[in-house]
Amino acid sequence: MAAITLSPRAAVSAQRRSSQAALAWRRYKRNKLAVFGAGGVAVFLVVGLIGPWVAPQGYQQSNFLYANQPPSLRFPFGTDGLGHDMLSQVLWSFRNAIEISFGATLVSFLIGVALGLWAGLRGGVVDMVVMRAVDFMYALPNFFLSLILVVTLGRGIFPILLAIGVVGWAGYARLIRGLVLGMRNGEMVEAARALGATQAHIARRYLLPNVTNSMLIALAFGIPFDLIAMGALSLFGLGPRPPLPSFGNMIAQAGANVLGYPWLLYFPAGIFAVILLSFLFVADGLQEALNPRGGS
Amino acid sequence: MLAEPGVVEGRGPEPLLKVEGVSKRFKVHGRTLHAVERVSFSLEAGKTLGLVGESGSGKSTLGRVILRLLEADEGRVVFCGQDLAKLSAKELRARRRDMQIIFQDPLASLNPRMTVAAAIEDAMVIQKIGGSAAERRRRVDELLERVGLPTSAGYAYPFELSGGQQQRVGIARALSVGPKLVVCDEPLSALDVSVQVQIIELLRQLQQELGITYVFISHNLGVVQLLSDTVLVLYLGEVVERAGAAELFAQPQHPYTQALISSVLKVPATALDRRPLVALPGEVPSPLSPPAGCTYHPRCPFATSRCREEKPLLREVSTGHFAACHYAEEAVVRVTPAGGAPLAQQVAVGGS
Amino acid sequence: MAAEPLLAVEGLRVCFERAGGSIYAVNGVDFSVAPGETLGIVGESGSGKSVSVLSVLGLLRANGRVTGGTAKFMGKDLLKLRRRQLEDVRGRDIGMVFQDPMTSLNPTMRIGDQIMEAMLSHHYTSRKGAFERTLQLLEEVGIPDGRARFRNYPHEFSGGMRQRVMIAMAIACEPQLLIADEPTTALDVTVQVQILALLQKLQQRRRMSIILITHDFGVATNVCDRIIVMYAGKVMESAPLDDFLSRPAHPYTIGLRRSVIEVGDEGRELAAIPGMATVLTEPPRCCPFASRCSFAEDRCSDVLPELRPLGTEHFVACHRAEEVLSAVQARKPVGQEVVSRAG
Repeated sequence: MAAITLSPRAAVSAQRRSSQAALAWRRYKRNKLAVFGAGGVAVFLVVGLIGPWVAPQGYQQSNFLYANQPPSLRFPFGTDGLGHDMLSQVLWSFRNAIEISFGATLVSFLIGVALGLWAGLRGGVVDMVVMRAVDFMYALPNFFLSLILVVTLGRGIFPILLAIGVVGWAGYARLIRGLVLGMRNGEMVEAARALGATQAHIARRYLLPNVTNSMLIALAFGIPFDLIAMGALSLFGLGPRPPLPSFGNMIAQAGANVLGYPWLLYFPAGIFAVILLSFLFVADGLQEALNPRGGS
Repeated sequence: MLAEPGVVEGRGPEPLLKVEGVSKRFKVHGRTLHAVERVSFSLEAGKTLGLVGESGSGKSTLGRVILRLLEADEGRVVFCGQDLAKLSAKELRARRRDMQIIFQDPLASLNPRMTVAAAIEDAMVIQKIGGSAAERRRRVDELLERVGLPTSAGYAYPFELSGGQQQRVGIARALSVGPKLVVCDEPLSALDVSVQVQIIELLRQLQQELGITYVFISHNLGVVQLLSDTVLVLYLGEVVERAGAAELFAQPQHPYTQALISSVLKVPATALDRRPLVALPGEVPSPLSPPAGCTYHPRCPFATSRCREEKPLLREVSTGHFAACHYAEEAVVRVTPAGGAPLAQQVAVGGS
Repeated sequence: MAAEPLLAVEGLRVCFERAGGSIYAVNGVDFSVAPGETLGIVGESGSGKSVSVLSVLGLLRANGRVTGGTAKFMGKDLLKLRRRQLEDVRGRDIGMVFQDPMTSLNPTMRIGDQIMEAMLSHHYTSRKGAFERTLQLLEEVGIPDGRARFRNYPHEFSGGMRQRVMIAMAIACEPQLLIADEPTTALDVTVQVQILALLQKLQQRRRMSIILITHDFGVATNVCDRIIVMYAGKVMESAPLDDFLSRPAHPYTIGLRRSVIEVGDEGRELAAIPGMATVLTEPPRCCPFASRCSFAEDRCSDVLPELRPLGTEHFVACHRAEEVLSAVQARKPVGQEVVSRAG
């Protein structure tokens, strides 16, 4: 039989052992906003980690003599009514922002994936029940549910994270259930069944790896939305309990005084907006990189 | 192994595969879709059975019922002397190493997140073949070579390969577990003509070397004739004709088979040999509402009132040649080989 | 046949931009269609047969660009027309039928309305006239009970019927040229003949030209007056049917012909063209088929063969065309690798 050669493209990648991850990374890099966003997220994480050490002052430290000062060399972000250094407040806020947003997203994700997988794989009554639950969650005003939960559970970091996470699982469930359903009747799963694979093997080696892309994108979108939820809770006075600073609290308090002391709003709100946008750009970039549309 | 004492594993006179009165129906919005209706045949080891039909014929569904990827509603499938329906889930999974399938769309059947080597290796892992990873890897390389791919193809992902290469991977994967029977579901349809020949040749070689039995599903009559020993013609889920390949294409007895063969446009030898196009009127009815009596009667030029009322049974018209038509003997036709010439229409059928 | 061609494409070049580089899909293609003629464009996937025709109609995907050539139709160069002008030509002077009617038809619109829209959007006739004409068209394309079926949606039709609807839409404004891109590939064999017979009937009645793009030799040789074979974005051979069947002169054409397996082929040798088609990432500098051609010589890998005349109206792009032709006529094997005997 005549030797069959691979096309040049395949031969090259065979040498480099390129993975789809490498190709996706190249596509991602082409999107300038996504790269910027990745930088923003990186900064966010780093500051969250080292913020408390880098901050000039502890968040509780008041400088009564310098209350309500506009930005200066000593207080680059100005001070608030109690003389807190706003820069330090902001730096300290990063930490709980990460904890709450990532934590809540993780909770939503775990609940959603578990339910979605179960519904997609079992089908029948299980699927129906889970989907009705999803519809129910969509019908409820999630935010007010979170409010009630925080009132009930308290204003600690963990209860807040739980309150946001527990109401946000529906999107993930629906997503993964749809993906699984789509794959279950396809030839890939049929081929695996024909080989004698068990359901568990199929789920583990065929279904799950093919949903990770979509899951990653969903997570990337989920985090900024949970950040917003956290901020909204603070506006209602149900965010992390002072004196622990949080973006939401700062924005809420600054809102009352914006005319007199605008820096109290601009810095926290501006930085918060940049963080949100960074995540959104990253999520969008991931979506382009992992699910490219158009000619490729 | 699953062999029970006294059961012949496909060697000797006992056929490898016996399908007896198999039916498969689907419920669609409360109506019944008759995908496969009372199909029976037997297939000996090392032979190829061709399944021919158009859309709605049920050939793909039948292929899956044979492998018990779909459960039959009636009848039974006996493979290597065992009724497949009687196997437990675990026994069935183990049995699958003896019966495999290759698909029409090879790309869709491969996991986009697995390299070629990983995909083939996974087949062996599933069936617990090959003691160690190294041994499996070695076997993967052997298989790749066997199907005409370089071993470096193992590192590639399916989307990086051409259609023909993807199909070879599908074949390698099916072979990796050492099957006795392989159902080929339109394996050539998605491939270019020049690649089809390569794959056909590969399938043939594998049959010669390994003694594999094929159920070859296709709408390409020329290829079916080339590869098959016996051919089944399906229409709306029923077998309308069954015969040896050469016999069936030389002397089709059922009007549908005749129409099918004459509908295939052959390349004329010269421009002068070109004939005007003669089309069979009408279309295949929906399997949701098959016609009464002989399902083909609305389109059959020889249909009589008897055809409308009485369903013809599959009966032996000549030795080893079966047709489900009341008037099969009278509608005898010869197809000239090495043609270009369409079928000549035949003697008028007597009766009303 | 010195008649002015209806469509004359010369030197067409099309490129696709991709992350890794460009794909040269069409590399200098010439062909023409005479009035009333049926031209078949035959090739495998990647040959550029569809892209050539789509590019002339301005229907390329977003990342495709026409990088050269002219396409003269009714006195205008289609490649130079602006979008608006091209939209006028499409559907009115040139009708199109595609492979998959399910994705080409609007699933949310009744088919009668879609056919009417084909006429109304080109201001072909009044609303009432369009309605009457739609009924006529439905009958002409073989859809019985037109009045009732006018109100059906595409999903209520079978594949063959949907294709008839597409044809009705394509000919609604009495185009001079009908382009059919793999119109029967997705259809059952028995329906395929019906649709092809319909196209022939319509052509005779209306004196339309047809460009039929297909990978199926049987279809092309039974329906077309003239056939061109494409490979790697170039025309390998262009010939009237008789020359094509009796005097093929390009190794690829011959290889393709021998790859076709038909009923009644027992005893015939199965011959595979070795290797596989590649996608060109740079413009061809030599014969793109050389690496797979058993007739190839050194110059085939050095010099690009131009499409040159071999007889009246018969053109071949092969350095050794004459030798290939004489081998065919002497019934010698054309050097294709003989794989096995059929049957």
